[in-house]
Amino acid sequence: MKIGVSGIQGDFREHKLILEKLGVETLVVRKPNELDMVDALIIPGGESTTMIRIMKMTGFYETLRSKIEKGFPVFGTCAGMIVLSKEVVNFPQDSLKVIDIKVERNAYGRQVDSFETDVKLKFSQAPFRAIFIRAPKVVECGNDVEVLSEYENSPILLRQGKILVASFHPELTDDIRIHKYFVDMVR
Amino acid sequence: MTDKGTWMVKEGFAEMFKGGVIMDVTTAEQAKIAEQAGAVAVMALERVPADIRKAGGVARMASIKKIKEIMDAVSIPVMAKVRIGHVAEARILEALGVDFIDESEVLTPADDKYHINKWDFKVPFVCGARNLGEALRRIAEGAAMIRTKGEAGTGNIVEAVKHMRTVMDEIRKVQNMPDEELVSFAKEIGAPVNLVAEVKKLGRLPVVNFAAGGVATPADAALMMILGADGVFVGSGVFKSKDPAKMAKAIVMAVTYWNDPEMLLKISEDIGTPMEGLEIEELDVRLQERGW
Repeated sequence: MKIGVSGIQGDFREHKLILEKLGVETLVVRKPNELDMVDALIIPGGESTTMIRIMKMTGFYETLRSKIEKGFPVFGTCAGMIVLSKEVVNFPQDSLKVIDIKVERNAYGRQVDSFETDVKLKFSQAPFRAIFIRAPKVVECGNDVEVLSEYENSPILLRQGKILVASFHPELTDDIRIHKYFVDMVR
Repeated sequence: MTDKGTWMVKEGFAEMFKGGVIMDVTTAEQAKIAEQAGAVAVMALERVPADIRKAGGVARMASIKKIKEIMDAVSIPVMAKVRIGHVAEARILEALGVDFIDESEVLTPADDKYHINKWDFKVPFVCGARNLGEALRRIAEGAAMIRTKGEAGTGNIVEAVKHMRTVMDEIRKVQNMPDEELVSFAKEIGAPVNLVAEVKKLGRLPVVNFAAGGVATPADAALMMILGADGVFVGSGVFKSKDPAKMAKAIVMAVTYWNDPEMLLKISEDIGTPMEGLEIEELDVRLQERGW
């Protein structure tokens, strides 16, 4: 099994390091043809507007979208979640529209409002230290979407089929549990 | 427990800029051009560095009105510059809700001995450096991100290359250094020994390190990535070129595809005319020499 990490922009190195800790082979993916060399893709934290723009310039957008529709597993954190969402409600911005959630960008305010806190995961006992950086909020989610974690009554970790999204940054901590959950999803 | 302004939250934010381009902008309109081109953040300024050189006089923090206008215009993070050591300017920008503060040598320094104690702030800071010692001093003061100084406003990449190579060389040197030599080396470069030890362990700076000062073409941006930068700041290089929107897009693409000559060729084919540029030897003022 080989998991790709989108190197278009963002903190892909952090995701790659966690996957390596889990003993998974990785590949940094930047071009559409490279998507055929991996069994799944992680879209990291970063700037969603930047990612979408470059994806559209290179054909990465169409290739990835049709692969996901055929069951290709993806995991998006923060910007990655925005990129995978059905709709961004507060800015005129495109997305891949593959998971049935609507998101509000920068929902907690600006960087001075960024925070870290302990949250509970549905599939694991011990609390998880979640880091929210200019984080988005899920404001609406469809019936096929399973909520795996919540913070202040809004979903922060969600799954629909082979698509996993988090509004926070599990890649910034040493905690490998959410990545392990994704790797098990890919298997 | 919920905590704001922690090191993880500040340094983690900078990690999100990696592989991206941060552009200087002086109006809301320029900020929108930058956002549409794919910039990961914008730096709100009264004047771009090339014009600061031309105008002379004392360069200060931009007006609140200007920064607000730019914050309202885009959804990406907005940074702003303060004079070195100007704690009050930084307090004002933090209260305004600016996402990142650049304690910058491009503005006229307010303190000729000390930089801001950045640990006192919830908002993260980026600072300039020409070598490892300077970078680690800034990090010891609380900087969550480092950029090479280069020579701002010249469109001449030579100083940025020199500074990036120097930092990377010194990191490689530390990596191969036996532990008993670390204290002496730390003294030599004027950096805290615990940070030197951390660099040895990590094999890189403990924070994100961008290139800045003199980037004028997509090839310049790619060069800085080849030399080990995590991303690129572009100031005058975009809005002093013939076709800023085109140049901005090309530089964004070049930072993603720096390792792909065929893509770089495609990106470089139609960029218009870059900014004119200045010879370093002929400069009256060297901005890079500010900072202590």
